[in-house]
Amino acid sequence: MRGAPLGVLDRKVLRDLWRMRGQVFAIALVVAAGVSIQVSMGGLTVSLAETRAAYYERYRFADVWAPAVRAPQPLAETLRALDGVASVETRIIAPVLFELGGEGPPPSGYVQSLPHDGAEPAVNALHLTEGRLPAPGSSDEAVVLDSFAAEHGLAAGQRMTITLAGRRESVTITGVALSPEWIYAIAPGQLAPDPALFGVIWMNEAGVAAATGMSGAFNEASVRLLRGASEPAVRAALDQVLAPYGAAGAYGRRDQVSDAFVTAEIDQMRTMTRLLPPIFLIVAAFLVNIVVSRLVAVEREQIGLLRAFGYTPVQIAGHYLKFASVIAVLGLAAGAAGGAWLGAQMAGMIAEYYHFPFLLFGVDPAGYAVAALLALGAVMLGAAGAVRRAARLEPAEAMRPPAPADYSRGLGAGLARLKGLDHQSRMVLRQLLRFPLRAGLTGLGLAASGALLVCAFYFSDAVEAMVEDYFTLANRHDLSVHLSDPRAMGALDALAERPGVMEIEPFRAEPVRLRFEQREVMTALTGVVDDPRLARLTGPDGETIAPVPGGLVLSRDLADRLGVGPGGTVTAALTRGARPELALQVIATPQTWVGSGAQMRLDDLNRALGDGDVINGAVLRVDADEAAALYAALKDAPGIAGMQFNAEARRTFQAIMDESLGTVIGVFILFASVIALGVAYNAVRVSMAERDRELASLRVMGFSRGDVSYILLAEAALITLIALPAGLAAGALLAWGMSLSMSSDVFRLPFVISPASFAYAGLILVVSVALSGALVRRRIDRLDMVKVLKTRE
Amino acid sequence: MASPQAAPGRTDHTYEVRGLSRVYGDGPAAVHALRGVDLDVPDGELIVVLGASGSGKSTFLNILGGLDRASSGTVMFRGQALHDASDAALTRYRRDHVGFVFQFYNLMPSLTARENVALVTEIARDPMDPGEALALVGLEQRVDHFPSQMSGGEQQRVAIARAIAKRPEVMMCDEPTGALDSRTGVRVLEALQNVNRELGATTFLITHNMSVGDMADRVIVFADGAIRENRVNRKPVRASELSW
Repeated sequence: MRGAPLGVLDRKVLRDLWRMRGQVFAIALVVAAGVSIQVSMGGLTVSLAETRAAYYERYRFADVWAPAVRAPQPLAETLRALDGVASVETRIIAPVLFELGGEGPPPSGYVQSLPHDGAEPAVNALHLTEGRLPAPGSSDEAVVLDSFAAEHGLAAGQRMTITLAGRRESVTITGVALSPEWIYAIAPGQLAPDPALFGVIWMNEAGVAAATGMSGAFNEASVRLLRGASEPAVRAALDQVLAPYGAAGAYGRRDQVSDAFVTAEIDQMRTMTRLLPPIFLIVAAFLVNIVVSRLVAVEREQIGLLRAFGYTPVQIAGHYLKFASVIAVLGLAAGAAGGAWLGAQMAGMIAEYYHFPFLLFGVDPAGYAVAALLALGAVMLGAAGAVRRAARLEPAEAMRPPAPADYSRGLGAGLARLKGLDHQSRMVLRQLLRFPLRAGLTGLGLAASGALLVCAFYFSDAVEAMVEDYFTLANRHDLSVHLSDPRAMGALDALAERPGVMEIEPFRAEPVRLRFEQREVMTALTGVVDDPRLARLTGPDGETIAPVPGGLVLSRDLADRLGVGPGGTVTAALTRGARPELALQVIATPQTWVGSGAQMRLDDLNRALGDGDVINGAVLRVDADEAAALYAALKDAPGIAGMQFNAEARRTFQAIMDESLGTVIGVFILFASVIALGVAYNAVRVSMAERDRELASLRVMGFSRGDVSYILLAEAALITLIALPAGLAAGALLAWGMSLSMSSDVFRLPFVISPASFAYAGLILVVSVALSGALVRRRIDRLDMVKVLKTRE
Repeated sequence: MASPQAAPGRTDHTYEVRGLSRVYGDGPAAVHALRGVDLDVPDGELIVVLGASGSGKSTFLNILGGLDRASSGTVMFRGQALHDASDAALTRYRRDHVGFVFQFYNLMPSLTARENVALVTEIARDPMDPGEALALVGLEQRVDHFPSQMSGGEQQRVAIARAIAKRPEVMMCDEPTGALDSRTGVRVLEALQNVNRELGATTFLITHNMSVGDMADRVIVFADGAIRENRVNRKPVRASELSW
């Protein structure tokens, strides 16, 4: 052991590893899977969080946004003087329609004013990727959001036509930019970003003000807080100051759409990082336990000999720990490399949807250290029992063969009375009942694999259910139109009469603060027709849940955030007109998977606001043949702030999900198969090693290879048979956990698993076990009958 | 058998072996375990095979038992060629004709004595009842015991019962008493002798124990891969009279 660079025992470690390379490889693979998830997802979680923090800091991302209808410019000074406020920028935000040619639906979006001509704002700075800011004094120059520019091939120097406040204007693009406010550039109410249909531009304030009639005024203040300032206190103060000017209610980053999505992404990755690696490492620990236990059992006499020579128990323990640690190190190395690669791939995917000026996937040494600790810890823990047994063997005891396995006790002996059972099956059953712990752990390992597989397919089911619910059941319209200002009901008729409009339903959406006891949420309160058909909140059976007079239908997520249930009365503080506060009874809290909803009757809402019979939007069902003509006509219609197209939204969402989810599911399936293969291969392999004399004896007695294989593989098959339903049930449980932990303010994962998902999961599990069986089966064919029979057990 | 060939000579020989050689490995490292062995084995004899370790006796028996193949030469079993039989044919040959008894018993620890015997009777063409086979070796009281509940001698007798239960034409016993003390060993040999007398199975018994030769009909001594001595014992003694 000492002195030589590689002691004899160390050489034995290497030879043992080589001899057992199949099993070593299988375990290392499981370790590698766990480590690579830890490294990639853990690293990505940290990278994303740090990148976001750095981006926000460097580009002075706001902490609070305070929208208003029209506030006088001098009020900015009052806001800057508020306690806790570090800096304030005021600006004008207005809906804009883009005219970029082409047949499809017209893109819409926002124009945001830049408060200082030619200079970066103090809050929410832009990161120019090309060109420059609009020149001082210019009123027809614009900077375009990077993703929108890329989608439409826009570049500095080009001109484009926009419709701003009903007026068509031609602007010159001076630059292309990223913004911390639009990392995830998603149109309000949409599921996924679609740069084809949604864009943002920035122009000097004078130009926007002139077009929108907002000279000397602003409609949003963005605020950065002093370190340690209380956000709720600042929001309250902002609301107080801006209340007379139509304040809709200040909100923080939690309610800022882009940031909410980034947060949800980071949270989901954190959940995965916490949930998945432990599963793999527990399985690895169990596999190490099986393999090292077996090794120690086989080498009993050698251990006795070593002890007789004067090796200490510590040296014996060290020998087997080295064996285990090499497995850990192999898995760790492969996992770290694989994880770094996987992380980089995932970062690339994330960068497609989340636009940062820089997103570098990196794993700090601490990340690798955590992975190393976890992997080594799991493997050592797995080896601990067997290593302790090895170290405790007394030389004299170790050199006697172990007592033969005793099958005379317990359940197995009772099988003698089972007449219908053939002897091979009897051997299989008794072996299982003789080592229930190992059979149980093998079963658990396979069940864990099955659970991961179910979970993988569950994601796809959940998204499909989400899409189906949102696009087919709840939102049955083709197009939603948002008006720039509330208009009389007559506007509806004008829309309805356009060619191609088959059905139309008006709505009025107003910002609202809902309060229940101490809690408050900001959302949109939508006044809808008495029996909404096109845009609905729906009950569990797909039935419309329509508001009744004086009642409020509140989506479950909002009800949960408020802590209110059906029957409770919430206060709805509106920000328009006389800013009335309504007491509304919650009549139902239907589940919505995407977004939130708070609906009351349109008539009730209009009466409360007292500004007549008005609407500010409508949802339409459109004749597909005339859609293009309708879109072209609506582009030029006055007063239209924006349009959203369901089919396009669905397509975009589906495409994103297919790509990102497809990758996730693929990785899940790969890793789950690795577990199944590793567990099944090791179980069968060890069982074979333990029983090779039995199996060879059977061959000698004239049993065919098939008979002998049956004894070996039936055990694995039986365990699989029991593990399969358990794994599927555990998968359902895991999926349920995922549906809870991966839900965010933005969307919730419905808990639905299709029979096909269970079937696929089961199939992959069975195929993995069968593959392991086939690998070992080859060894049965090569079983050396003579040699095996000559050796004592 | 896959390709039975007509027996050239007498038909009351269990085996006719000609020029049997077995070489393991090749080149300078080749080991010549058997070097051109010729032997005729009459039916029903109890043959004790003696020889030092590495003399080739186990290799010889393994080839006769269908566990191993010759490198050259021919082995005829009752007119059927073993030397060029397929793997499946050898499996069938072992199943139908040969009973094995090993030094280390090789019982299935997960099966009782009766079940260990039944394991063979289930696939045999004309087996005896497992209970009958166990009675032949004096274990009628232990049929429902597991190997872990039996002594070494008892386990070996279960192994013999297992070997004879199919009414084999040949019994191959490789050091069946090697792991047993003298008194227990004698009981096992008694059982083997009884079986040989009652079933008439040609029985090969490999041993290092010279005195066992006294119970044989024939004693064959191997040395350096060849038969050094082939002696007929006119007056075999009863196993119970042996001691060592």
